[in-house]
Amino acid sequence: MKKYLVATAAIFAASLAYAGEDSTLAIEGEVFVTEVDAPEHMENVSTLYSGWTFRADETQALQLDDFDNPAFLFLDQAIDQWDTVEGSEGKSCSTCHEDVADFAGLKSTLPRVEDGELVTMTNLVNECVTDRMGAEPWKYSGAKMSAMTALIAHQSRGMTMNVAIEGDAAPFWERGKELYYTRVGQLDMACSNCHEDNYGNMIRADHLSQGQINGFPLYRLKNAKINTTHGRFKGCMSNIRATPFKEGSEEFKALELYIASRGQGLSVETPAVRN
Amino acid sequence: MKSLALATGFAAILASPLIAQDVKPMMVAFADGAVEDSLTGQAGDAAEGRKVAMGRKLGNCLACHMNADMEEQPFHGEVGPPLDGVADRWTEAELRGIVSNSKKMFEGTIMPAFYIDDGYERPLEKFEGKSILSAQQVEDVVAYLLTLKE
Repeated sequence: MKKYLVATAAIFAASLAYAGEDSTLAIEGEVFVTEVDAPEHMENVSTLYSGWTFRADETQALQLDDFDNPAFLFLDQAIDQWDTVEGSEGKSCSTCHEDVADFAGLKSTLPRVEDGELVTMTNLVNECVTDRMGAEPWKYSGAKMSAMTALIAHQSRGMTMNVAIEGDAAPFWERGKELYYTRVGQLDMACSNCHEDNYGNMIRADHLSQGQINGFPLYRLKNAKINTTHGRFKGCMSNIRATPFKEGSEEFKALELYIASRGQGLSVETPAVRN
Repeated sequence: MKSLALATGFAAILASPLIAQDVKPMMVAFADGAVEDSLTGQAGDAAEGRKVAMGRKLGNCLACHMNADMEEQPFHGEVGPPLDGVADRWTEAELRGIVSNSKKMFEGTIMPAFYIDDGYERPLEKFEGKSILSAQQVEDVVAYLLTLKE
């Protein structure tokens, strides 16, 4: 009986072609890695596919040209914010950071451990906002933070995802892995049930991807705004009728590190466009 | 939806001289993944079961299974096997077991258990202690599935 189910699933998986199998993600002549051998630490997946490869042609097309990509409207707002003075110290981002382009290479290595703590880009931005600018912290996935982290992550576009998972990062990575495989909610599903066991299959109208985060923060057609990784994790958990962890929680930070490590070798695509 | 459920409930009460005692979710007796006896003592209603199977907040079967009998609905999932001909492949008891808690038959399956109300990790508060389907809804879905012959 068990065999019948497995065999049927295999037939479906094999007969399915990814929407963008034959297309190439290239923006202004720069070619992105959207398919690559999985890193050694992944036990059940041999090839990584960017979420871009699972999307319909018209969604893919929006990411091919920065003028068509709606995310850039939000990046423009972040560029304005970059020069906006906030807080008691009379500072803006540009007071200390001459050029946002100096942050090339940051997104591809985050989250990372600093002084024994796992930090995300949002944590780093808020450290500046509170400690250096003397302002109130920005909301974790609020409009201002989503746009700013997208702008900073965008400076790494085309670079290869490469987070540290050993040494002092190891316990955080292990925690993230544990969460990835833990079934939760009334529907009793783990990340792995959809994004490892069933990527490439349709779940109703949605083409299940590997749940890669190399394109985050990204623009979703669904809600017409910039979406963060923690916001997306929250959405997934609610869908399976589980109580989500909080954005910025230790759980989501660990999960972000683990999922980032499952994308080692893919190009940063920020700001990607998804459905 | 609520009035429909209410109407079904009344119909069940009227049909029986006694108020039916449903088998409680965690008391369902499985044998090799199958459940021999009706959870309600009432016959399932196949037409009602079709609606429950289709409902996105109820069975939502199409999320994962293709079903030629529901051709009018767009986008059938492909995570699980097609439902076409399930009645030829499974007995009523097996179908009741699979719908109630498929993990008893298929260890580690992605398929949610539709008739358990305990053992959830971090459920959203509003679903805590609740099964996805009621006992009668399970019986109705089983009756519907038994009509899917090839």
